[in-house]
Amino acid sequence: MIAYVLRRLIQSMLVMLTVAFVAFSLFSFVGDPVANMAGEDASQRDRDQLRRDLGLADPFPLRFVRFVGGVLQGEFGFSYRNLQPVARLIVDRLPATVELAVSATALALLVGVPMGVYCGLNRSSALAQAIQAVSLVGISLPTFVTGILLILTFSVGLGWLPPFGRGDTVRIGWWQTGLLSVSGIKSLLLPSVTLAMFQMALVMRLVRSEMMEVLRKDFIKFARARGLTSRAVNFGHALRNTLVPVITITGLQFGSAVAFAIVTETVFQWPGLGLLFVQAVAYVDIPVMATYLVLISFFFVVINLVVDLLYYAIDPRLRDGGPGGTGKGR
Amino acid sequence: MSALAAVRARVAAAWASDIAWSFRQSRVTMAAALVTLLLVGGAVLAPWIAPTDPFDPAQVDLMNAEIPPLWSAEGDARFVLGTDVQGRDMLSAILYGGRISIAVGAAAVAFAMLLGVTLGLVSGYLGGRVDAAIMRIADVQLSFPSILVALLVHGILRGLLPASSREALSVYVLIIAIGLADWVQFARTVRSRTLVERDREYVQAARIIGRGPAAIMRAHILPNVMSPVLVIACISLATAILTEASLSFLGVGVPATQPSLGTLIRIGNNYLFSGQWWMTVFPSITLAVLVLAVNILGDWLRDALNPLLR
Amino acid sequence: MSSALLEVRNLRVEFPTRRGTLRAVDDISFSIAPGEVLGVVGESGAGKSLTGAAIIGLLEPPGRIAAGEILLEGRRIDNLPYEELRKIRGRQIGAIFQDPLTSLNPLYRVGDQIIETIRTHLPLSEAQARKRAIDLLQEVGISSAAERVDHYPHQFSGGMRQRVVIALALCAEPRLIVADEPTTALDVSIQAQIITLIKRLCREHKTAVMLVTHDMGVIAETADRVAVMYAGRIAEIGPVRDVVQNAKHPYTQGLMGAIPSIGGAEERLAQIEGSMPRLTAIPPGCAFNPRCPKAFDRCRVDRPEPIPVGTTQVACWLYEDARAKEAVHG
Repeated sequence: MIAYVLRRLIQSMLVMLTVAFVAFSLFSFVGDPVANMAGEDASQRDRDQLRRDLGLADPFPLRFVRFVGGVLQGEFGFSYRNLQPVARLIVDRLPATVELAVSATALALLVGVPMGVYCGLNRSSALAQAIQAVSLVGISLPTFVTGILLILTFSVGLGWLPPFGRGDTVRIGWWQTGLLSVSGIKSLLLPSVTLAMFQMALVMRLVRSEMMEVLRKDFIKFARARGLTSRAVNFGHALRNTLVPVITITGLQFGSAVAFAIVTETVFQWPGLGLLFVQAVAYVDIPVMATYLVLISFFFVVINLVVDLLYYAIDPRLRDGGPGGTGKGR
Repeated sequence: MSALAAVRARVAAAWASDIAWSFRQSRVTMAAALVTLLLVGGAVLAPWIAPTDPFDPAQVDLMNAEIPPLWSAEGDARFVLGTDVQGRDMLSAILYGGRISIAVGAAAVAFAMLLGVTLGLVSGYLGGRVDAAIMRIADVQLSFPSILVALLVHGILRGLLPASSREALSVYVLIIAIGLADWVQFARTVRSRTLVERDREYVQAARIIGRGPAAIMRAHILPNVMSPVLVIACISLATAILTEASLSFLGVGVPATQPSLGTLIRIGNNYLFSGQWWMTVFPSITLAVLVLAVNILGDWLRDALNPLLR
Repeated sequence: MSSALLEVRNLRVEFPTRRGTLRAVDDISFSIAPGEVLGVVGESGAGKSLTGAAIIGLLEPPGRIAAGEILLEGRRIDNLPYEELRKIRGRQIGAIFQDPLTSLNPLYRVGDQIIETIRTHLPLSEAQARKRAIDLLQEVGISSAAERVDHYPHQFSGGMRQRVVIALALCAEPRLIVADEPTTALDVSIQAQIITLIKRLCREHKTAVMLVTHDMGVIAETADRVAVMYAGRIAEIGPVRDVVQNAKHPYTQGLMGAIPSIGGAEERLAQIEGSMPRLTAIPPGCAFNPRCPKAFDRCRVDRPEPIPVGTTQVACWLYEDARAKEAVHG
């Protein structure tokens, strides 16, 4: 168990180091920060001085080590665009994205998983086929189209919900939350439904096909042959066995919720990390892009690690010599 | 037997095959095929069938700006779906926009396929360290959503290019970015099929008579791994079109001088609150219908070829 | 034959396909007495497994019972609603499937799977059921059962898992067990053990067995009676000794000729020319006629019904004359 966790941790760290390297290469080879920071009218001497001050004259490996050190201490440099510390920008924007992604993922799972289970079990029922058809529309509607249509309906048409922004926020420590005010909640509704729509359809389809896959297995047929109730077969045996893929899906979903938050945040002018990143890409603002990259990969690595550990908890086959295990007997 | 009769016999045989049968079974699939055909046809033939050329300044008149669709009170018979703020005909803009969306999507899938199939073949056939390295990269990349990868690649490529050529090369940058974000699925599938085929007798026979790895991969293994690749290509096309549209919507895709559907939606989105809904709704519907139709076709193809996928 | 435990009358199993309806089991009748072991033998595709699946009511759609009836202790069970039939499965008819590796749910301890089955059918407490599960495991020959009861399926070898499957089939004391190729997936060295075990347990528990297999050797060793199936029909059915030593149907004779005998003269093994027809192309008349060395005109036109010849029933026109003569003499 401990060896397994350790191995996964080391793997994760390797991935993070690779990503950090890519991010650092971005810093080093793309664009010239000195030109950006010193301004147009700086003399060559000033530039060289700045270069030395920034440590950019040092050899590549040394700078990489220093970069990793900086990242570990939460120092990511300055944005080329508005010359603010990147760390500040991130901290300002992070809560908005987290609140959006978490609420959307929760919505997608709460609706998508039960629908997927239902459709997997009653594959030929009219309702299941209707859900299946709607879900195909769901995965075909681009996130921003969903958002635009929702805005047209609920903001422009009915005037019920605000079409952009976060509403009033309340600061708790460094965390700006929109969840404690009515306007904050109202503002969250449209973006999170928009973001959840695609994920919901995807989750539903994946759960459905997993469920159908498991229901074809021999042990399900054998469970039926043993005369177990449909309930025990479907929910005890089949659902439990779809849990592993469902957990993977959940992990991936949370990941892609964060990714698609980029689009949703643009549609709703939601002041989160995604919007920050899009602006950075448009301006080739390397430090912000690199930081976002490092941060997001950290986030994904953590998700993958958690998913792997959950597998371990669910599937006894992964636990070598489980309870009192003497391994394989003959 | 004349050549014509031979062709007719082949068509009849294809029509009677299992795949054609499952196609004829599903009205939805046939409808999707028809819609796809119409949209792709409209896109390909845009220069000939579009009422106007929206990129030809001579044909655009600011006086015609912001005309609502034909069926509204102020509609104009010349502009069935209305016009945008510069007086361009929406129908023409959509036809031309679909052309760019489909072209970029198809090119990106072709690139992803080329890359993925090659890496998958090499990985599966050679095995060992090459395999481990390629699959490790694939694993890592797969845990990142493709739109994020595309955005990053796009950002990096643009950063590497000199500012002067960014605009001119932006379509190619986009194709490479989307393609790089999508190769993993191809590679994984091809690899697992290659692993199976590699140890078959006919491959061993080819090896014994002294054919090189490249020749064996190309002549013997490739044809046997292609059917799942086609399915993935079809499903990837929908994803690629979506990704392109998303990137263009974000403003990092194709330049506004050559608007794709995503770009049209982004531009129209600016006028959402001033009442000119048609500028964004029509491109949105076109995009959604296109992706939906391709998705339905992909689903059907996957089910029809299902036995070959296992 | 009113004392029969199971009676199958004119059973027909069909699969609707786009190329027409396939008749996989075509008008077969047989019965099993209490405590009797009936071997059902035939090539793959002869319909023997489907007959077993039809009896336990687990034909996989689109397969369905198109005609005939199945009676358990005189009560018709083929037309029962799912829930009624469920109560019979496991309780009155147990099942053993081919592959022990896939018959058990990998995520549950074997003990939990046995306890679940026991408690579905018998009014026992958790503790009583557990006690019974341990006893059963012991009975099927699993050493240190008290400990092994808490192990997961992957911690057992193939042979041991099949023993667990047998324990599961027996755990509610059914009157009949349908064993579908119970040894095919096992090592040859373990096959004999499993067959001996099934034989012993069924004798001790007075359980009847329908043993489906393509292995004539297993039948000869285990069964009381044997039914030989060919292309969805019963070619010959009778006491195992008579069928093995004095086969009547040319197909059975061919089958017996293909078994090497120990100590017999060194002669070539006979083989049957050709192969069993596909379900889409069953010839008119006797299904075996294209391969039959003794076929004559009538065999190609009329389908033979099983007729009693000595102690066995044979579906072959060769014996029509014999019966007619018998009738004259008798």
